Amino acid sequence: MNSPAGFQAAKPVLAIEGLTVSFDGFKAVNDLNLYVDRNEVHVVIGPNGAGKTTVLDLICGKTRATAGSIDFDGRELTKMREYDIVRAGVGRKFQNPSIYENLTVFENLEMSYPAGRKVFGALFFKRTQEVIERVEQVAQEIMLGDHLHRQAELLSHGQKQWLEIGMLLMQDPQLLMLDEPVAGMSVSERVATADLLNRISQGRSVLVIEHDMEFVKSIAHRVTVLHQGKVLAEGSMEAVQSNPKVIEVYLGH
Amino acid sequence: MNPTLDKLLGGKQGAIGLALLAALILVVFPLALDAFRLNMVGKYLTYAFVAVGLVLCWGYGGILSLGQGIFFGLGGYCMAMFLKLEASDPERTKIQSTPGIPDFMDWNQITELPLLWEPFHSLSFTLIAVVVVPVLLALVIGIAMFKRRVGDVYFSIVTQAIALILTVLIIGQQGLTGGVNGITDLRTLKGWDIRSDEAKLILYFVSAALLIGCILIARFIIASKLGRLLLAMRDKEERVRFSGYDVASFKIFVFCVGAAFAGIGGAMFTLQVGFMSPSFVGIVPSIEMVIFAAVGGRLSLLGAVYGALLVNFGKTYFSESFPELWLYLMGGLFIVVVMYFPNGLAGLWDSHGKRCLARLRRKPQVLVTPPPAVIATGKRPTPELETTP
Repeated sequence: MNSPAGFQAAKPVLAIEGLTVSFDGFKAVNDLNLYVDRNEVHVVIGPNGAGKTTVLDLICGKTRATAGSIDFDGRELTKMREYDIVRAGVGRKFQNPSIYENLTVFENLEMSYPAGRKVFGALFFKRTQEVIERVEQVAQEIMLGDHLHRQAELLSHGQKQWLEIGMLLMQDPQLLMLDEPVAGMSVSERVATADLLNRISQGRSVLVIEHDMEFVKSIAHRVTVLHQGKVLAEGSMEAVQSNPKVIEVYLGH
Repeated sequence: MNPTLDKLLGGKQGAIGLALLAALILVVFPLALDAFRLNMVGKYLTYAFVAVGLVLCWGYGGILSLGQGIFFGLGGYCMAMFLKLEASDPERTKIQSTPGIPDFMDWNQITELPLLWEPFHSLSFTLIAVVVVPVLLALVIGIAMFKRRVGDVYFSIVTQAIALILTVLIIGQQGLTGGVNGITDLRTLKGWDIRSDEAKLILYFVSAALLIGCILIARFIIASKLGRLLLAMRDKEERVRFSGYDVASFKIFVFCVGAAFAGIGGAMFTLQVGFMSPSFVGIVPSIEMVIFAAVGGRLSLLGAVYGALLVNFGKTYFSESFPELWLYLMGGLFIVVVMYFPNGLAGLWDSHGKRCLARLRRKPQVLVTPPPAVIATGKRPTPELETTP
């Protein structure tokens, strides 16, 4: 196994086995096996329509699997409700920054604070010192410490992406899933995002979908190439890039 | 200020707005209007309960219920059943073939009080039922719809269908419900004659006070994290769901709160008007109630009250003068409001009224228009106004 530190990780935090989803006979994900280790930044790449986003949808419960299993830390995700999956420790960032535009940065982060998640809990939720500290800490982490009281809609595109990552960090997930986190970012923002990912991947696993190869190189511990719903190749970035099958899929046509 | 109190009053501006409304309905109307007109305003205010609930459900929760008449009617019928039983004591109904049961039952050859009616001998049961019955139905509808992610226009259509079904059911079960005439000829509440001018005045004040209570509860909900979640769900439902929230449970909750308010409104309607009939349950009244909220501003609790008052004043005036035109006018009003003033009167007030006030207060000077974000957030201080990098 190519775990980053070179040691044999005990048990993957996420184990996807035989995963299949079929939309009217079209198998967007076909008998897929994919493992994410603890403390690993695992990047999934692949041509358009390879089923990358569908895999994330399946893990977080947005799409239901036709067959197969998704084991997350001993729990079977395919049967769980979306909010239970989140509460179990899986955070997911969407492709387009999905934040609450008319709330402030502070309020956006506060919304994701893992307390007051039920009806009456939310009704009587209080902004305690603990909440404020956590929000400020995460805001620092995502480089928005100076923008806490700015309305989210006024942030730049890159800052919005960071804010959404911050909203996930509020829940301190064990597995963080990011769908094209640097799409539409400037070069300097990409570098900052790579640093951010390297920082926040300490103590948790990150599953990333990305097109930008430079960015992938700077963050990935392991790369999986998806093609037509199946794993085409897996390994380090260099190994994958020199794999003839991968070259064929990306450049061959 | 105490934070909970602050939440209830909605800050300084909210407190002033509420005080003005309270002064209007608790002082100005009772002093300025005769008993007949005041009773009419009291009737309008019972619709305002529904409109306030709609602000929560529709304005904040994004749930457009076109069937609030269901809950208004259920609350109203619960109250009417109690009053009818009291009005049907054996002494007064001795000419019936079965004395002691409501007159319409006797006309329908029913010889025994139906089981459904029995608990309504008790006032405390009735008062609880006024709230609980609508809430239970809302809970069932809510669970059936929102857990399955039925939303938007489909939800509206289903609520409308339920309103129609309930009307048909009430009309069809004449012996049980009084049919199309409804439950009429209500006289006393625990021996207190509700038809006297004095009783009507007291009921008016009770109704107004309850309405203010409902507004305070709604404010508390809106100001809580739940209120922010509702707004967040309206725009980014997926994000909320994938932040670990059970979106359906929040929708069910506000829908139930809206139903409870409507039920209280219905009961106060029955008490003040003296009867309840299926014509307050069906599709047309339900849509009218949505129009009250839309005209007042679907994001403004106080606006909803003004909307209910204004549209009903208009309705009374126009339907006296041009009865056949009224429905078209109402439809036209709804379209104009939705298309051009999506935030209703409250929105107009926010965008124009306040500026005029400010202009009057200050000597004319260069009017600094704050950037749109500041208008939208209202009271929030804006330490940084520089443009985004």
